[in-house]
Amino acid sequence: MSYLSLSDKDKAEMLARTGAGSIADLFCCIPEEVRLDRPLDLPAAQSELELVRTVEGLGRKNAYAGLLSFLGGGAYDHFIPTVVDYLSSRGEFVSPYTPYQPEVSQGTLQVIFEYQTLVCQLTGLDIANASLYDGSTGAAEAVLMAQRVTNRNKVLVAASLHPQYRQVVRTYIRNLGLEAVEIGFGADGRVDRDALGRALDDKTAAVIFQSPNFFGVVEDIQGLSDAAHAAKALSVAVVAEALSLGLLEAPGRLGVDIVTGEGQSLGLPPSFGGPYLGFMACKKEFLRQMPGRIAGQTVDKEGRRGFVLTLSTREQHIRRERATSNICTNQALCALRATIFMETLGKQGLREMAWQNAQKAAYAADRLSAVPGVKMRFSGPFFNEFVLDLPKPWAAVDAGLRAKGIVGGYGLEADYPGIGSAALVCVTELRTKDEIDRLARALREVVS
Amino acid sequence: MIKEIREPLIFEISEPGKRAAELPVLDVPAKKDLLAGVPLRRELEGFPEVSETEITRHFTRLSQKNYCVDMGLYPLGSCTMKYNPKINERLAAHPAFAASHPLASDDLVQGNLEVLKKLEGFLCEIAGMDAFTLHPAAGAHGELTGMLIIRAALEARGDARKHVLIPDSAHGTNPSSAHICGYTVREIKSNDKGTIDLASLEEAMTDEVAALMVTNPNTLGVFESDICRIAEIVHAKGGLVYMDGANMNALTGIVRPGDMGVDVMHINLHKTFSTPHGGGGPGSGPVGVTKELAPFLPVPVIAEKGGRYALDFDRPGSIGRVRAYFGNFGIAVRALCYILSLGPRGVREIAEFAVLNANYIRKSLEGEFHLKYTTASMHECVFSDKLQKEFGVTNLDISKRLIDYGLHPPTMSFPLIVHGALMIEPTETESRRDLDLFIAAMKAIAREARETPDLLRSAPHVTYVGRLDEVAAAKFPVLRWEKKP
Amino acid sequence: MYPNDFRYTREHEWIKVEGDEGVVGITDFAQHQLGDIIFVELPAVGKELAARQSIGVVESVKSVSDVYAPVPGVVTAVNEALGQTADLLNKDPHGQGWIVRIRIKDPKDLEGLLSAGDYEKYLEGLEH
Repeated sequence: MSYLSLSDKDKAEMLARTGAGSIADLFCCIPEEVRLDRPLDLPAAQSELELVRTVEGLGRKNAYAGLLSFLGGGAYDHFIPTVVDYLSSRGEFVSPYTPYQPEVSQGTLQVIFEYQTLVCQLTGLDIANASLYDGSTGAAEAVLMAQRVTNRNKVLVAASLHPQYRQVVRTYIRNLGLEAVEIGFGADGRVDRDALGRALDDKTAAVIFQSPNFFGVVEDIQGLSDAAHAAKALSVAVVAEALSLGLLEAPGRLGVDIVTGEGQSLGLPPSFGGPYLGFMACKKEFLRQMPGRIAGQTVDKEGRRGFVLTLSTREQHIRRERATSNICTNQALCALRATIFMETLGKQGLREMAWQNAQKAAYAADRLSAVPGVKMRFSGPFFNEFVLDLPKPWAAVDAGLRAKGIVGGYGLEADYPGIGSAALVCVTELRTKDEIDRLARALREVVS
Repeated sequence: MIKEIREPLIFEISEPGKRAAELPVLDVPAKKDLLAGVPLRRELEGFPEVSETEITRHFTRLSQKNYCVDMGLYPLGSCTMKYNPKINERLAAHPAFAASHPLASDDLVQGNLEVLKKLEGFLCEIAGMDAFTLHPAAGAHGELTGMLIIRAALEARGDARKHVLIPDSAHGTNPSSAHICGYTVREIKSNDKGTIDLASLEEAMTDEVAALMVTNPNTLGVFESDICRIAEIVHAKGGLVYMDGANMNALTGIVRPGDMGVDVMHINLHKTFSTPHGGGGPGSGPVGVTKELAPFLPVPVIAEKGGRYALDFDRPGSIGRVRAYFGNFGIAVRALCYILSLGPRGVREIAEFAVLNANYIRKSLEGEFHLKYTTASMHECVFSDKLQKEFGVTNLDISKRLIDYGLHPPTMSFPLIVHGALMIEPTETESRRDLDLFIAAMKAIAREARETPDLLRSAPHVTYVGRLDEVAAAKFPVLRWEKKP
Repeated sequence: MYPNDFRYTREHEWIKVEGDEGVVGITDFAQHQLGDIIFVELPAVGKELAARQSIGVVESVKSVSDVYAPVPGVVTAVNEALGQTADLLNKDPHGQGWIVRIRIKDPKDLEGLLSAGDYEKYLEGLEH
């Protein structure tokens, strides 16, 4: 299938206009010796019908599709109202570029402005950017930002921060003279406050933690922020499950300086890890150190309200090597989906959805921990996921559940060596009571 | 576009009690002491309350205030705004892919891993590189990944070195990405053809230089004809060549970076491989490397054995993870669909007709607008406002007037070496009719610049808003809606 | 236009000597080139500045420029008013729009700078 729009007559006439004798002549500036002298070794072109068969065939190789899943850990299965797909599929949203020409981009710009407002409301902070790639790179950007704000070179990273986010942070900082020190967790699953207290010093730029953390446990955000501030370090909270903010107090009201996280829960499908939506909000005094695009409100000559990308001197296209970040795009279409999602759910709906997650997870925790030999690993409060200690190796439990058509959770041994047979189980509003009961029954059979 | 519809912010039409979504009644017993001891919020203060009708009208009206590729030519130089095939959207949204979870074990997501592995292979073939990673979420993220790979490779050799050379025509992300990898940036001057000056390069290329970052064709749309010699100079001093593949649309099927001495490169799937720009993302910036550099690729790497796919984390030389999970998978699905649709000949036609269309525009507008560099153009051509300046008309005025003709302006903000730049990239998917409409508009504007320059200076005239006060926006930032006290 | 009692640099900074201190700002030419200035990043008082070291950064809507120390010295005061009203650099670049005061390390360093007349000649050269 070709997407060209030129007829043979067009091609001939246009070529004549350029003065080139042939298409090949247009490439005369490329040295002969490096030109490719053969056709590319790619499969033959396919029509739409053939393409659908090929690609749906690949899709059928994903056995995951037919299973009942309780996976979470940074990617969540949530209800997405139909209007989200419908409206975000409009070509006027899907096919424009970055809104550098505000007069013909007011749609995208107003959406970003509304998105920034919603992120501020959700996080309880003053300002938000137009989005970053995802939660993991958001965490890395927040660490770099804390270094710029404080001029300090050590960062304390909670071990209960998503393992993959921690790895990304390490990759980003490896050439920037920043040291990352990991802080462990206690029996409640929360950050080990004694260890934190020992590690905090006058070189610490920030304490970065996740809440609800990778184990699903809600941290004592105010306590962590107070500890960080006592050492004049920043408190950086990562929220990998954005929906939790519908119910839990806004981190900005609990002393946090920078909130960053993953917005996938807000209207984006899990899609094997991407595209996702990194969000970031902070106190207004850090505005000039915040990475990423920002939209702002202004007026035209007639006094009509309009929106523009603003404060762009922070960014790479102007500040070049001294920019706050090398990030060039945001995730505009993902931010649009999140905006439609949040506005559709609205004040009552988002809270209701978050509340149902917490209720169902609590019910599931009760049912599952009632299975003989199965125990809750941590005593701390949790939102929509929790860790179970299992009486048999996770590989065996997983295989047993799989045989019953269930993906029961995510085994933690690979990311937390020494934790034993423990699995992270996530329950969202999409899981029904019957499905939770089915998991409990299956688990009972598998571990007995 | 209808001019008079002014769409309020959603917060301004919100009224208590309205809803656009409902959930089923909770089907488990509700706990009273849920999350005991945890601070909970009383309500989502400021969150809107509207109906589904209002949501639909709000976003439909907002969408109508955007220009987009589906409406017409979008000649933004270096951005490659080509048509986005619709079937690719549908297939990427297929539940088999969209509902799959990134923490599911390998054996449950063999289809996804095959999609990624296939696309890696296609990109290797098109770029002439030995291995690709699909982790980077955007072009700039690819640059960062590529430069981290260079640094890791040089460190493994014993010396990471200090500097990175970047031509003065480069995009701003290049110096910024090099900086995050701990390198200082040294600029290389362009010669009068707009390409890298070999003598300057030879002088600057010392054993303290880690790499040269080169965009080819460069941001003037000019092919670096000396690319093989450039690579030799860099390699002779033990440095590596990084190619920014932003302009890959000029090369597909014609020449491969790997055959020109490039060691590392990134490709923008949202440019060359037609995935939509979405108003500024999501994109995807896969990075390709030679086999010598493959050990340094980010983890995990997808390994194939007898038609089964598995994730390989055992990569001691790896730079680590650059993003959680596997990059922007949904974008990879779209790019795979695109390459499968086009086939070998179609991929070559991308470059052929992108270059034909750009040269057709260039030839048609020569004389009307000034060309600082007369070197042959590839997929884009860079005019300037030099001829219009004498009437007090700038590239900004020309661009804003184009909007009145129902078209999107070209790129103006770079390359920095052309003052008043008008960087035009039509792409291969445009019809002659649309190209001619653009050419006619530009000619009319050139005439207006001479005869009625005020018409340009006050443009655009047909949009919902006129030119906006960007000084006020930056000076007195209003970055969110707030409830009036 | 350019006060005779100031000394100038080719990068468009000025310095007005007052005893062993000097007041530093950017020239009228510089502010014209930059356009509407919206933000000035100021150094900390007490910061030691080598010759040609960046004092701070001046930002307009779409550009960022370093301001350099004309001569080595130590920052003794910064123009706090610029925090709220960066446009003083546009309105009164040679007066209220001053950026920092420095204690001059060695008055001899001033000899390398341009006089008002030389600076104006230098600007004429630039415009061709």
